[in-house]
Amino acid sequence: MKQIMQGNEAIARGAWEAGVTVGCAYPGTPSSEIMAELSKYKEIYTEWSPNEKVAVEVAHGASLAGGRAIACMKHVGLNVAADPLMTIAYTGVKGGFVIVVADDPGQHSSQNEQDSRHWTRFGKVPMLEPADSEESKDFTRIAFDISERFDTPVLLRSETRVSHCDSLMELGERKESTIQKGLDQKETPKYVMVPMYSRVRRVAVEERITKLAAYTDAEFPYNSMEINDPSIGFITSGVSYLYTREIFPRYSFLKLGMVWPLPRNTIAEFFKKVKKVIVVEELDPFFETEIKAMGYKVWHGKDLIPAIGELSPGIVEQSLRKAVEGKNYKAPKIRIKPEDLPRRPPNLCAGCGHRPLFYALKKLGLYVFGDIGCYALAVAPPLSAMHASTCMAACIGGAYGAGKVLGKDGLGKICAVLGDSTFLHGGIGPLMDAVYNKGYSTTLILDNSITAMTGQQEHPGTGYTIQREPASVIDYEQLARAVGVKHVKKVDPYKVEETIEVIREEVNRDEASVIITENSPCILLRRAKPLEKFKNPVYVVDTDKCRGCKGCLEINCPAISWQEGEGQTKDGHKRKGTGFINKDQCVGCEVCAQICKFEAITPGTR
Amino acid sequence: MGENGKVTNIFLSGVGGQGTILASNILGGVFLKAGYDVKKSEVHGMAQRGGDVTTHFRFGKKVYSPLIKYGDVDFLISFELLEAARYINWVKPEGKIIINKQEILPPAVSLGQMTYPKDIEKTFKKYFKNSVWIVNGQEIARKLGNIQAANVVLVGAFSNFFPEIKEEQWTDTIEEFLAAKLHELNIKAFYEGRRALKG
Repeated sequence: MKQIMQGNEAIARGAWEAGVTVGCAYPGTPSSEIMAELSKYKEIYTEWSPNEKVAVEVAHGASLAGGRAIACMKHVGLNVAADPLMTIAYTGVKGGFVIVVADDPGQHSSQNEQDSRHWTRFGKVPMLEPADSEESKDFTRIAFDISERFDTPVLLRSETRVSHCDSLMELGERKESTIQKGLDQKETPKYVMVPMYSRVRRVAVEERITKLAAYTDAEFPYNSMEINDPSIGFITSGVSYLYTREIFPRYSFLKLGMVWPLPRNTIAEFFKKVKKVIVVEELDPFFETEIKAMGYKVWHGKDLIPAIGELSPGIVEQSLRKAVEGKNYKAPKIRIKPEDLPRRPPNLCAGCGHRPLFYALKKLGLYVFGDIGCYALAVAPPLSAMHASTCMAACIGGAYGAGKVLGKDGLGKICAVLGDSTFLHGGIGPLMDAVYNKGYSTTLILDNSITAMTGQQEHPGTGYTIQREPASVIDYEQLARAVGVKHVKKVDPYKVEETIEVIREEVNRDEASVIITENSPCILLRRAKPLEKFKNPVYVVDTDKCRGCKGCLEINCPAISWQEGEGQTKDGHKRKGTGFINKDQCVGCEVCAQICKFEAITPGTR
Repeated sequence: MGENGKVTNIFLSGVGGQGTILASNILGGVFLKAGYDVKKSEVHGMAQRGGDVTTHFRFGKKVYSPLIKYGDVDFLISFELLEAARYINWVKPEGKIIINKQEILPPAVSLGQMTYPKDIEKTFKKYFKNSVWIVNGQEIARKLGNIQAANVVLVGAFSNFFPEIKEEQWTDTIEEFLAAKLHELNIKAFYEGRRALKG
């Protein structure tokens, strides 16, 4: 019987059915659910790795020992894992090895929009691209067979509209791999990539891609040709196929299930069968460039279809309607201009410990090198307390590097801020650098005891594994001291004045320092009982005292709003309105009460 | 050759935490049991932190795209007034609209920089006449003892548009997606919603 499954669940199911024994990942939208789902299958060892590079290395080790292994990440995660990938392409595998990379066209939840298909040509390894859940499962299964047969890691490219779409699929049974488990010292020349061996493997890599090209033409079952009206043929893949098939059903299609290497003979056959070819692909002109390089005339592609942002049925229609059918695209009627409506951007949760911390940084007027996580939301006004953010754990090196230019003039003006999981992902190296090379930057580690933004995943600092088994816990203070940081302080961010003073002292110090937040678990992390530390359940605005200064609005708490209405305080101060606290949303963190200059925010009852 | 059959497009919109995902899961279960192909799409991650949340839900004999074409929505089910207004242009002229009568202030309004748009109901009625249903889901759910059930009240209201689907198919599916202790509340919420729209 068919079931509804999310794309990520389907990839996990496909891996289980393929007999996978080891799964490793660092969470990242839209890929996070794959490993969470895989961890529910008892036959498989799964882990949250500290970062994507480690995930790929662990999975590769598992493969060398004869197990089928999978590593999963978002698109930018593969940048981190690129180092092992580019050489695992040479060593090849023993047990099937699949790397899932999930792109985020449209940047729903990412710092860039890179097209991961470039890795496949660059790394000289094959890549498959499913369009929906059924294909996600089937392609994952066959990826392991391809990996073992051709002795190669295989990339499986997903994206937001595959990973986070639900569609129907049929479940299959688990089949164990036939590869013998064990390590063999006689295989050293294949797995030790020193020049004398890697030069040999370099040749094997080229031979392999030639064999894979023959395979995708002759045997791979998921490149499909659909010849209807031959006047126009679309070459496409993944969700781009689904959008195009939806909008222009009467024409012909070549849907590529394998992105690379391309099936040259199949493409040649398609060009013979149809009159004009349009290439529809999201992001970069990857197929288009390659097909043009083969000598074919592509009638339309990126000349009409946007290369920026995600595609959709509407965008495909708008781009191609005129070319395909000679009729102009007719836009739907505008009844309300969306730009006239107030936006509803994401915000830090009510009671979140990041809020008072960034309020403190704002009050100190610091230039904040920020990072990747919920706390990036502090860039938005009115907090506006982040001024640079690039990639995982880049803030530490950034703050330290800026100090090298500004010298003493920069003292007291710069800091680096990142979360616990982000720090463990890539922050230890740059922290070491800051100490070793005598920088003065202050690094603030916001410890909320979980990987929060991606939906509460464990990491080496939480004390639990992915299966929720108790595990060792990183001691951030010891870690900082071990790399040579002499000044390590802890702050409770909910004590606003104290936090400001500690940060002020450390950023003015002409030496590297670290500040770690404590007592600040993610407000959504139930097991940490984050609300119990608050003295009162809610706070209320005392309208006898509120002067309408709007100071409480500066922290951008979702529970606080402005209520217009002329009036005055009990002691006669005129005002144009007051702050208002929504009891349904307030959790009693007391931050607003601390920053109110007129003591107008007081404990209340529900 | 190649032509697609009819697909029904349902667009759900709301604010993170209002339960749009549960509502769309219930729709998925119901239309799957009714023998249709089903696809749905939603964005996770950053969008969940109190931001606006949307789900594209489609069913038919064979569904290709997981996303609805802009301007092609048959049913707009919205859990919040402003989030209904934001997607009004997505609805077909003959589309049907069900809105939960609730206002959740976005930051610009909380901060006093913008006002919450008035006349949203009026604008919908101007363009869609009698095809607009405003349901006081939150109030109904509050009376039942838990405002969280407002999403299922809306599902109940929506169920009226599919007389061929039996009530049990809806209630069975609701039970499948919820813990046992929530069954009674949500089944009541479903029936209250179903009645509310029948008027």
